[in-house]
Amino acid sequence: MSYIAILITFIFINNFILVQFLGLCPFIGVSKNSENAIGMGASVTFVTTVASVVTWAIYYYLLVPFNLQYLQTLSFILVIASLVQLLEMVIQKISPPLYKALGIFLPLITTNCAVLGIAIINITSGYNVMEAFTAGLAAGLGFTLAIVLMSNIRERLDLQPVRRSFQGMPIAFVSAGLMALAFMAFDKSLITNLHLV
Amino acid sequence: MKNNHMKELTKGFFEQNPVFVVALGLCPVLGVSTQVSNAIGMTAGVFFVLLFSNIIISMLRNVIPGSIHIPAYIVVIASLVTVTEMVMHAFVPAVYNSLGVYLPLIVVNCIILGRAEAFASKNTTFDSALDAIGMSIGFGLAITLIALIRELFGSGTITLFPVGGFSGVITIPWFYENPVRVLALAPGALLVMGYLKAFFDWKSSLKKGK
Repeated sequence: MSYIAILITFIFINNFILVQFLGLCPFIGVSKNSENAIGMGASVTFVTTVASVVTWAIYYYLLVPFNLQYLQTLSFILVIASLVQLLEMVIQKISPPLYKALGIFLPLITTNCAVLGIAIINITSGYNVMEAFTAGLAAGLGFTLAIVLMSNIRERLDLQPVRRSFQGMPIAFVSAGLMALAFMAFDKSLITNLHLV
Repeated sequence: MKNNHMKELTKGFFEQNPVFVVALGLCPVLGVSTQVSNAIGMTAGVFFVLLFSNIIISMLRNVIPGSIHIPAYIVVIASLVTVTEMVMHAFVPAVYNSLGVYLPLIVVNCIILGRAEAFASKNTTFDSALDAIGMSIGFGLAITLIALIRELFGSGTITLFPVGGFSGVITIPWFYENPVRVLALAPGALLVMGYLKAFFDWKSSLKKGK
């Protein structure tokens, strides 16, 4: 599969939030204003990209040679948790401004389904390391796209009259549903029509 | 005393329903609620993991040092999830395949870590087990309700497990001819969730008004 096809697949066709429902908790929780949404999106993109490559390496260089594939879930989650911790320290040391922008979101990412999700999808799809890297990047970008769009919608919704029982989360879900409906315009035929496979 | 135990069990059903009231663990709820059988399979997985993680963590609550409690919980939960995956793969491969990536993702399901942190680390083993059973029933009710709505209106069928000569698929006549396809697809999950959440918020606001 070409890299562009992977990018399109994970950003639009299989958008992590709107189609696969991975990473919904931060999507609903942090999408109240667009500044936080961009911060969360950037942090998630960063972590999914790094985690994709690291978990890929762990799987093929550590688990497969020793026939330990059944430890996949356990090892991936521990690697992701320590990776997030490590990234937090590294960013704090290297770039304090970036840390200030991403800092509060990083600890939340460990329990974000999107990160473990992309790590597992990379393995089940049989990607090589470059494809895994691209998929991780694309999954993060797709997440960012959805959460930034959503935060803009929610900023608008704050100014609109909404029935009391629909305020907050319910209207967010309904708007996300309508957005997902729009994303259904992208489907697998897009890739074949663009001759990317 | 007895009343207290009953309360630990039943609070998860409606009052503190993990999905509709606390809004935790939404990824699998929306992801696998396309068919009733998947919803039941997911509930079984969550029930097993939550019950044993609550029991084990509440037994170890005085042993695990405070500074590393989250990683310790994650190791316990991940091991249980691996066991669940293997058991499902061996005995119900059809359910295992349709749950796909959502089965290993039980590890990062906020309900399980949330109950470990908020309840099992502070309460006795017996109460924690009751809490786990109650919460899983609440989770099961919620995911099955969403799956039922999506499958009934979206494709006009109700898929259960095949037993003997019964194929497991119940076809509902009128809905089968006039399906609202969008409910069975991804956007339908978000829409159904939004309307149900609004309904439950409305219900609880009525209760408060009294």
